[in-house]
Amino acid sequence: MFELLGIPPQALFGQLLLGLINGSFYALLSLGLAVIFGLLNIINFSHGAQYMMGAFVAWMLMTYAGINYWWALLLVPIIVGASGVVIERLMISRLYHLDHLYGLLLTFGLALIIQGLFRNRFGVSGLPYAIPAELTGAQNLGFMFLPNYRGWVVVASVVVCFGTWFAIERTRLGACLRAATENPTLVGAFGINVPRMITLTYGFGVGLAAFAGVLAAPIYSVNPNMGADLIIVVFAVVVIGGMGSILGAIVTGFGLGIVEGLTKVFYPEGSAVVIFVIMALVLLVKPAGLFGRTA
Amino acid sequence: MTSDTQTHYESAAEALPIGTPRHHVVIFGVLLAFLIVAPLVLYPVFLMKVLCFALFASALNLLLGFGGLLSFGHAAFFGSASYVSAHAAKVWGLTPELAILAGTAAAAVLGLVIGALAIRRQGIYFAMVTLAFAQMVFFFALQAPFTGGEDGIQAVPRGHLFGLLNLASDMTLYFVVVAIVFGGLLAIYRIIHSPFGQVLKAIRDNEPRAVSLGYKVNRYKLAVFVMSATLAGLAGATKALVFQLASLTDVYWTMSGEVVLMTLIGGMGTIFGPLVGATVIVAMQNYFAGLGAWVTILQGIIFVVSVLLFREGIVGVVARWIKKPL
Amino acid sequence: MKLKTLALAALATTLMAGSAMAQTAIKIGVLNDRSGTYADLSGEGSVVAARMAVEDFGAADKGIDVEIVSADHQNKPDVASNIARQWYDQDGVDVIVDVPTSSAALAVNEINREKGKIFLNSGAASTDLTGTACAPGTIHWTYDTYALANGTGKAMVDAGYKDWFFLTADYAFGHSLEENTTKVVTESGGTVVGSVRHPFPGTDFSSFLLQAQSSGADVIGLANAGGDTVNSIKQASEFGITQSGQALAGLLIFITDVHALGLETAQGLVLTEAFYWDLNDDTRAWSERFSAEMGGSKPTMVHAGVYSSVLHYLNAVEATGGKDTEALMAWMKENPSEDPVMGTGTVRADGRHMHDMYLFQVKTPAESTGPWDYYKLLATIPAEEAFRPLEEGGCPLVE
Repeated sequence: MFELLGIPPQALFGQLLLGLINGSFYALLSLGLAVIFGLLNIINFSHGAQYMMGAFVAWMLMTYAGINYWWALLLVPIIVGASGVVIERLMISRLYHLDHLYGLLLTFGLALIIQGLFRNRFGVSGLPYAIPAELTGAQNLGFMFLPNYRGWVVVASVVVCFGTWFAIERTRLGACLRAATENPTLVGAFGINVPRMITLTYGFGVGLAAFAGVLAAPIYSVNPNMGADLIIVVFAVVVIGGMGSILGAIVTGFGLGIVEGLTKVFYPEGSAVVIFVIMALVLLVKPAGLFGRTA
Repeated sequence: MTSDTQTHYESAAEALPIGTPRHHVVIFGVLLAFLIVAPLVLYPVFLMKVLCFALFASALNLLLGFGGLLSFGHAAFFGSASYVSAHAAKVWGLTPELAILAGTAAAAVLGLVIGALAIRRQGIYFAMVTLAFAQMVFFFALQAPFTGGEDGIQAVPRGHLFGLLNLASDMTLYFVVVAIVFGGLLAIYRIIHSPFGQVLKAIRDNEPRAVSLGYKVNRYKLAVFVMSATLAGLAGATKALVFQLASLTDVYWTMSGEVVLMTLIGGMGTIFGPLVGATVIVAMQNYFAGLGAWVTILQGIIFVVSVLLFREGIVGVVARWIKKPL
Repeated sequence: MKLKTLALAALATTLMAGSAMAQTAIKIGVLNDRSGTYADLSGEGSVVAARMAVEDFGAADKGIDVEIVSADHQNKPDVASNIARQWYDQDGVDVIVDVPTSSAALAVNEINREKGKIFLNSGAASTDLTGTACAPGTIHWTYDTYALANGTGKAMVDAGYKDWFFLTADYAFGHSLEENTTKVVTESGGTVVGSVRHPFPGTDFSSFLLQAQSSGADVIGLANAGGDTVNSIKQASEFGITQSGQALAGLLIFITDVHALGLETAQGLVLTEAFYWDLNDDTRAWSERFSAEMGGSKPTMVHAGVYSSVLHYLNAVEATGGKDTEALMAWMKENPSEDPVMGTGTVRADGRHMHDMYLFQVKTPAESTGPWDYYKLLATIPAEEAFRPLEEGGCPLVE
């Protein structure tokens, strides 16, 4: 505990804020996974690859078509989401009658293909993507120097996460979705096209990953491997939160970002594993996850 | 994981309870004969690599194909055993057989710890939990002083078996590896066909039923998890001596993915499938090495095609043709 | 393994076999990263450099058959040792060159020792290659962590950057880079006020950079490599660290990294290299030829080292008239290397190739006159000062 005294409170605030920024990505990605899992019962292993695609498509729009960041933020999730829709129609939809593990294996294979293709085409050195002019510069918060763009990441992520939560938990459409998760046959009998809803849900989840990718492009390098290791951390986040609840995925994402941020100050060597350690503890104490329903 | 082959296999296996079917004896015999002649034609180091991965994939198959548990973190056992045996042979100066034993034992202990936690979740969660734990092991291997970080443990001496037989020659080592791997495969075969294996299959096919029959399901799951981890460790420990190297590749998650792919393409829940799968994938990596990143893409395509169209795997299809369990 | 698919039969000289010298066939294996982080600084460029050395040597006229094969080791020691083993056992490769990534280089070094062949390393950084792991057939040609830490560390302290804070990649390589630099910094009269170890590979360095910032150090030493270094530099600029007066010292950074970062972000960075294309007329002429084959990219010091080492090796083959490892190594260690690219150099008993190193600073966008005009020369570090003294390495070959 004496180490705490070594850290001035201002610095601590700074680190908390940075943790929150990283948490924004965890929250967006685990939310996407939770939405897909909720309806399709599939763990989307290609989520990391689709996050990476988001960043790359933003880069391509900028480089080849001169489309700026703000349009990319809107267009990229639609484009990558559409690719998700195609994947769902052509491949994933053939697996619903099988064990869920096949979905995991399929999307794992897809991740290998997507990452390999981008690596072949663009190398692994990473491509530059500039911070939009409106968001360059930084604010001096007194306790730290906060780049405007990072502040924007937190705001955008919070808005999208809670927008999604609201749509699913508080609207009629969301009610249908949740009902279809519980009993697809019954919902189908009410005249709702369940397969189409499933397809669109997958597309939406993938779109969320792509949105996170666009947000990440200006601050992390646009790199074919950017999603590969991240997705494993997000899996751990999802296990900790439990996938029963949308809100759980969001809160766990932000919360673990902060925990990880603090670890970077007090025990930097452990920052890569802290989430996995928490996962092990949660499994011991509450196997279904913090917000999970028992399976 | 249930598929047509497996249900078919089930019925056949029940028809042949304890005694080994004759065609299995024949296949094991042919395999052994092939392995004895093979190094005259093929590069022994390549063959040893295939053998180590065949054992690794068979170990995973024991868990996945017969226990119905998909571990996406088996590289943790393979890799940590390879580190421990490399360390034992190089730093402690143990003879090869003791080094391999040390590595295998380490994998068993790790299997017990990870297994005890992982079996608290089922299905997809189980896969994710094993993956996350394996990533933890990876970070440990990256940072711990004795693993040499990125360099791995290099220049591991092959040493003298039982202090007598010099393993520096590839040929001598090859036959030792054949003995180890063949022994491992027979052990797996024995486990599958034991009463324990029967209970395991019952749990795989219908866990609630097994529970209601009074089996302590979690104990069985943990037991098979530890066995699988141990055998994966045996493969990893042997590989460390063959290549005189233990490296991060062995503990990275892509390795876990690769071994799942080997099992899938060869045929989950078959006895000989993982062998075929390992041969196909290792050969592909070797002969297509010049293609660089395309190898990964090709592996991805094989994954997708296997899942969509070819879930029985190569051996599964053959077994259906000849109407015999393989 | 059909690595031969990539084989480039450099010169077939059967028709000219009538020349004075008996026909010698040499197979050079260029083993490096062809698809990963180091593909730009080694990769195909090293094959081109090796081919240029073969041409300039005039192998065809001298009755020496040279074939060049290449393979991708993906920066993994296991893949590298596999390929090296197979090259020596099955494919008749005589000498392996390049091999970036210390872990892969050390793995090849071991296979090489076992098989009694020659290994001319240009791409790797580890001082172990000429230290505890030195081998009779190994020459470490271009640079090492000591030379980089020494050049950059000393120069920065001399320039008044006394207080250091290290941002260190948390694995063996990062630790040794930090350790080397710390030694130089303290010896030159500087102090190390702190360090933080970041996970490897990392994506977000902001937290660590903030800790570095609040330490109040004059300079942040980046004891990491590749993508980690590039990302730390980028994020340092984003968080206004360089603007607020703290300097960054890249301890392992290549011209290709600077190219990827762009001058806007990389300006002012101080770094040490063994070669720069714009040093003199010879390097400019050679780099021009290289660029013509590589789609306009300028060579890195690794490419220059491959050229220089292959040329020296071929000269040894000519002089000794054979492929005997011991004779070749003895010749290479006795005779100085001489070429238009890296100038004059010698090979020390521990296998260290000794040559001058250069301290550069990255130009500002305003100073740069065109593409690839990135460095201004701050100092030339004489070979004897640049590299670790022979007796400190602990190489068993040195009595």
